[in-house]
Amino acid sequence: MTKRIKIFLYFPPEQTEKPLIHHLIKEYDLMINILQAEVKQGKRGKLTADFEGNDEALRNALTFLEGLGIKYKIFTKSIIWHEDKCIHCGACTAVCPSRALSMNPDDWSLSFNHDKCLLCELCIPACPVNAIDKDFSQ
Amino acid sequence: MANKTFDYINEKIREGKAVVVTADEIVDLVEEKGVKQAAKEVDVVTTATFSPMCSSGAFLNFGHSEPPIRMTKIWLNDVPAYGGLAAVDTYIGATELSETKGMTYGGAHVIEDLIRGKKIKLHATSYGTDCYSKTEITTYITKEDINQAYLFNPRNAYQNYNAATNSSDCTLYTYMGTLLPNYGNITYCTSGQLSPLLNDPYFRTIGIGTRIFLAGAQGYIAWEGTQHSPNHVTIDHDKMHHYGGTLAVIGDLKKMDAQFIRAATFDRYGTTLYVGLGIPIPVLDEDMIRYLAVRDEDIYTQIVDYGLSTRSKPVLANVNYKQLRSGTVELMGKQIPTAPLTSLKKSREIALHLKDLIAKGKFLLQQPVQQLPGQREFRPLREEEVKG
Repeated sequence: MTKRIKIFLYFPPEQTEKPLIHHLIKEYDLMINILQAEVKQGKRGKLTADFEGNDEALRNALTFLEGLGIKYKIFTKSIIWHEDKCIHCGACTAVCPSRALSMNPDDWSLSFNHDKCLLCELCIPACPVNAIDKDFSQ
Repeated sequence: MANKTFDYINEKIREGKAVVVTADEIVDLVEEKGVKQAAKEVDVVTTATFSPMCSSGAFLNFGHSEPPIRMTKIWLNDVPAYGGLAAVDTYIGATELSETKGMTYGGAHVIEDLIRGKKIKLHATSYGTDCYSKTEITTYITKEDINQAYLFNPRNAYQNYNAATNSSDCTLYTYMGTLLPNYGNITYCTSGQLSPLLNDPYFRTIGIGTRIFLAGAQGYIAWEGTQHSPNHVTIDHDKMHHYGGTLAVIGDLKKMDAQFIRAATFDRYGTTLYVGLGIPIPVLDEDMIRYLAVRDEDIYTQIVDYGLSTRSKPVLANVNYKQLRSGTVELMGKQIPTAPLTSLKKSREIALHLKDLIAKGKFLLQQPVQQLPGQREFRPLREEEVKG
């Protein structure tokens, strides 16, 4: 069964010089979409990405990462945009680091691209009309 | 072309023959047909905005209880309202915060809930007088029960406003939204080429007595707004930068529609009210069409640094609204993302709605009974040492 997870990885200094993504793709056949990455060679690395692949391969990939001393966190929540409450002002787009929340330049409606969302939650308090929320139920 | 009058245009509206377009539509129309022809064909241009306007509030009259009370301290859903008027009159201001819920609920939310027809808890106390013996009351009110409920906003429809950015290394929480550190973003607040006072920059048709669309009801311009200080400077030879004109507006809250008004909380700043406002502008002559054809790229504002907590904040750049709407603006050699605070989508809905009302003969124009001042000094507060 194919599964998709959103994951945050934290690399110890010794792992910052290895082609980890290459291994994950090649050996575990994962589709990887990097959302945000900050890798400082020899210091530390942080990476947020979507991993998609076979259920078992995903499990094995995580075991592989654990073996290298890489800490990870799988996001289990998601940001919910209540479109019915939204006034399409754009205040949330001011704080969205990945532009998951953006204004449609034709009709100036807000649009929310879940795939780009980093789950930073900055948009929740920035929304003046309480139209953005998070969901832990998943 | 013979100039048109308010009476002539109103006659056409009554007959259902008036040609009405929005301030967005007039831009293309003038480009296509020219000023002369557009002035001849079009009778009314509708302008609108849906923006946060802190200087908003409502007057209410509750009616008298038995025995009566001269309300001295008043709370509506735990939000303090003004008690310094006659016995059962009050003014509830948009930015007043709840004493129990803090910034998540304020006067703006009371106003929205009233418009939605919700029950509002009224609590009031009094020292008691011979003519008003009751000293405390707790009950519920709705807009249907009370005598008067009218919005009276001392300052709405700012002609033009600064765009905001932040040079400091801390996130700032402001009435211009959340400003990220180190020039992390720029916010701006206008409907631009659709905005009322940018389409009539010298107040030729917008004045005291002008009938307006206010949050779904027909309201009026009551006075110049607070801080009204119309001014303009020239940028890039012929480009005019107008700023500072404001309006005080009034309208029947009982007739308002929650679709066109919304309470808001700006994170760690406080509550405010998004007010839907539409103003029809009659095409009196060709000069009027020239003003109405204004485009976002013709309207300039200043990017101001909110990183300094002073009254006069440094101006970093002059930009037009087309640049701001493009999503990024270059500042200090860096591309900085921009974000709006005015809902242009809702502003357009209001301009189209007002166009429809006028085209159907349901909204007539009112000629101002007095012009708004064209010049006004904007004074700072001078502080003096207080003795004793």
